[in-house]
Amino acid sequence: MANPKHRHSKSRRDKRRTHKHLQAPSLTLCPQCQEVKKPHHACMSCGTYNSREVVTVQQI
Amino acid sequence: MRHACAGRQFGRNTGHRKALLRMLVTALLKNEKIETTVAKAKEIRPLAEKMITLGKRGDLHARRQALSFIQDEIVVRGLFVDIAPRFAARNGGYTRIVPTRQRMGDAAPMAVIELVERQKKEAAASKTEAKQKS
Repeated sequence: MANPKHRHSKSRRDKRRTHKHLQAPSLTLCPQCQEVKKPHHACMSCGTYNSREVVTVQQI
Repeated sequence: MRHACAGRQFGRNTGHRKALLRMLVTALLKNEKIETTVAKAKEIRPLAEKMITLGKRGDLHARRQALSFIQDEIVVRGLFVDIAPRFAARNGGYTRIVPTRQRMGDAAPMAVIELVERQKKEAAASKTEAKQKS
């Protein structure tokens, strides 16, 4: 079985991990209420998608 | 390799999965709009549209075929006399899926699936909202 010949330093380990990070979600503005929403999803603040009501939002 | 294994399994065995899909299609045709997970909505879409096609055929054999899948005779009656005529001018594309939110608890992506020619007021939606309030 192949085995590592040399130990990697902390620096090399951490350099490998520099690409490992969370991605910010892509977001768009709702054309109806200008609220931030996910693209291709119904807007959960006004309940519409393509200016059609999808969900009825409870008024608080 | 997972070639030629179309469809989702939903972590259920065949009977359980078939019952789930029949239940969801029946609920969709009954309420005309339901909220479920995106995966389940995508899986029931072709089944529900096939039921509407059966309704448009309207003959006795089609009715029996629909009854063999839909779990509620009243829903089949509604499908044949009420829903199917609304789609007479449309060839397919009877349902609409709109992704909505992530479910609390397991963060499952949820979607609303509804009949494109919807008339019924939403009773199911108000029930889920009552749940969300409590």
